[in-house]
Amino acid sequence: MSAVIKPMTTLEEICTEAEKIRLSNPDLGDKIVSDIYQNAEMIAGPAVIKNSTDSRSWDHKLDDILTSRRLGYPIMFALLSIIFWITIAGANVPSQMIADTLFAFQDQLLIWFELAGAPSWLTGILVLGMFRGLAWVIAVMLPPMAIFFPLFTLLEDLGYLPRVAFNLDNMFRRCRACGKQILTMCMGFGCNAAGVVSCRIIDSPRERLIAVLTNNFVPCNGRFPTLIAIATIFMGGMVVSELQTAVASVVVTSLVVLGIFVTFAVSWALSHTLLKGEASSMVLELPPYRKPQLGAIFYRSLIDRTIFVLKRAIIMAAPAGAITWLLANIYIGEISIIGHLAAWLQPFAYAIGLDGFILLTFILGLPANEIVMPILLMCYLSTGQMMEYGTLEELRDILINNNWTWLTAVCTMLFCLLHWPCTTALLSAYKETGSKKWTFLTFLIPTVIAFIVCFIVAQSARLLNLV
Amino acid sequence: MNHSATKEHHKLLSEHFGITAIPGQFTVALAGNPNVGKSTVFNALTGLHQHTGNWPGKTVDNAQGSFTYLDRSFLMVDLPGTYSILAHTIEEQVARDFICFGKPDVTLVVLDATCLERNLNLALQVMEITPKIIVCVNLMDEAEKKNIKIDLSALQKDLGVPVVATAARSGMGLDTLRQKLHEMSIGLCTPTPRQISYSSEVENAIQQLLPNVSRLIGSNLNPRWVTLRLLDGDQAFIKSISQYLNLDLHSTRLQEVAV
Amino acid sequence: MNTAITTIPLSTLGIGSACQIVSLNLQGLLRRRILDLGMVPGTPVQCIRKSPAGDPVAYMVRDTLIALRSEDASQIYVNPM
Ligand SMILES: Nc1nc2c(ncn2[C@@H]2O[C@H](COP(=O)(O)OP(=O)(O)OP(=O)(O)O)[C@@H](O)[C@H]2O)c(=O)[nH]1
Ligand SMILES: [Mg+2]
Repeated sequence: MSAVIKPMTTLEEICTEAEKIRLSNPDLGDKIVSDIYQNAEMIAGPAVIKNSTDSRSWDHKLDDILTSRRLGYPIMFALLSIIFWITIAGANVPSQMIADTLFAFQDQLLIWFELAGAPSWLTGILVLGMFRGLAWVIAVMLPPMAIFFPLFTLLEDLGYLPRVAFNLDNMFRRCRACGKQILTMCMGFGCNAAGVVSCRIIDSPRERLIAVLTNNFVPCNGRFPTLIAIATIFMGGMVVSELQTAVASVVVTSLVVLGIFVTFAVSWALSHTLLKGEASSMVLELPPYRKPQLGAIFYRSLIDRTIFVLKRAIIMAAPAGAITWLLANIYIGEISIIGHLAAWLQPFAYAIGLDGFILLTFILGLPANEIVMPILLMCYLSTGQMMEYGTLEELRDILINNNWTWLTAVCTMLFCLLHWPCTTALLSAYKETGSKKWTFLTFLIPTVIAFIVCFIVAQSARLLNLV
Repeated sequence: MNHSATKEHHKLLSEHFGITAIPGQFTVALAGNPNVGKSTVFNALTGLHQHTGNWPGKTVDNAQGSFTYLDRSFLMVDLPGTYSILAHTIEEQVARDFICFGKPDVTLVVLDATCLERNLNLALQVMEITPKIIVCVNLMDEAEKKNIKIDLSALQKDLGVPVVATAARSGMGLDTLRQKLHEMSIGLCTPTPRQISYSSEVENAIQQLLPNVSRLIGSNLNPRWVTLRLLDGDQAFIKSISQYLNLDLHSTRLQEVAV
Repeated sequence: MNTAITTIPLSTLGIGSACQIVSLNLQGLLRRRILDLGMVPGTPVQCIRKSPAGDPVAYMVRDTLIALRSEDASQIYVNPM
């Protein structure tokens, strides 16, 4: 053999030679893989002793149900609804308890500040701004998330998520996208920034971009509780108290399903315009179901979520609370700065079913969606009614006193679901795509859709005299 | 490893892989198929809380963590799960480049005991790159449930590298794992991994290139493995070689990197 | 080749039936991915289940359940067993 070898010195020459050998033997790459597997078989063969079990394993039985023709989709929907129901039903009481404790402490703080002779602006910024912002975020955000995530992790550890991808891949294929996109959406529930990063599991660059651009349509940790809060106190509040939780969970489930349909629609549209292309392949491994370690999961995800929420609350909500208090208490003429801003936004906001304050808080919430609800309440409270967050009914009264109708509630929830991603998610999109253009589109597409959807809903409701 | 070489190595780690090692620390790479429990092993050893989940693709980014055993510090690097390191996707390339050019002191390959054959595909590929490898057969509890038994000593003999059985979630086998990691890092154990035997077709092709490849790359990498990658037409690999080893297409000899 | 007569695309295999891979008519990344998962010529494969919409279909390969779209599976040729 060696007699025929030409001496080669550079990598380039060797590569050229390798190319020649490959051309004369096009199956070489395949053959290499086959050979490795043959070796693996030779090693595994004698080392693995399998005692075949006669009965079909429970893996198969579970799959028979969870991916069945008739039950596959209904079960997915049912599981989603049940999780929301438990979350909403369970979050009420702890929310109230946290609120009671923290606001009692706020009163105490006010007394201490007065005793210390602190100037009222200092008390305002520190207590009524920072502390109150923090308290609201924790009371509204923490309980639902501390219930939702352990439940979700349970399904994740069981191995249900790949089955969801298996069930839904056909729809993604029709949108010329990848079924694994649903896995990235599931990660988006926790945080859209994490969802965007997880898009790496999609092999085709085109389909990966579609997943990045649409990840925002699943409500993240920061928006979820806002939806839950409005659904509970407003939509739920319209019916008798026994049905409150049920109505609220139906509303939240419908919103999430709507988000999924918007994802399909946008994916389809992108595949036919900006990101034209055919569906590529999808290879999805369905791992065996594994019994989740209940205790460990609950403990771990509870701690994880609590730390996550508290961290975001301290980093984002406390400063946002201070700034909002300042904006609400510095007057230019008769009206505070925040009042001016809201008044300026009002016509535009009204057209899409919101009011100036709501739109303003969504804009101020760009760094973190968690702060939207607290800032909004702070804005409303600063405009006169000296009401304090007490019970959910009182919260509802605050909203009604500020002219909320069911349409305001619906449009706010829709806007919350569909609007622009937070800066952290945008930053991730920039890192993943490495392109300003795609990052900008990650911002623009949801924004445009949110405005259009809310506009249509608000205008048709008014035209039909429904409000 | 002498002092300047260590420095060089740390610079490489932080520049190319975003990993910061402290002097004297051993680096351990965690490789394996997706969903075999790499992050669970990582968590169990380091006490950190990387996210885990029963679906392939949970980890998409390198994570690092450290632990101390017998007064030596170990830096663990949790790599994304891959079915192969022939580098067809970005994750595979990340994993492959780290094992190949990150020069970890030990590469810990985690295998799923319930589908050993498929997992061995990856283990064999890693064994072609580096001899410093420990095989961790994880999910032993699941295998037991499925009535699958694994003859570990036969496996160890056949592979020529240390094999440790674990059930990372419950902590079984982790002590042995730490001990083996320690032994290999301090050089008490230098395995001779079984090399893949190729069919004559592939072997002939290898022989045509091998002498020249050996001459070119010196002792930096396993020449046989490099030959295979070149025969495979792996463009990403050619790029990686030039990137990590400062070898451009026209140089006649690799700059020797002190090891 | 007398095998050509009985060779069928993997996508036409019925649920529960088993087969052996003969050849792959796939290109690029998908071909590599399929090979890396151990679907090399000679490998036994069993068709396990269809997703609710009928596509994709899950196959058992080397003790792993792998879902493939029928479009892709139709390019994998097998011998039924
Ligand atoms: N029963 C059992 N389950 C385990 C064991 N080790 C890990 N698991 C579970 O297996 C699943 C996958 O574990 P991970 O650690 O996320 O796997 P990974 O290899 O990091 O996966 P990727 O990041 O996707 O590559 C999780 O649900 C773990 O809880 C084990 O020894 N026994
Ligand atoms: Mg992992």
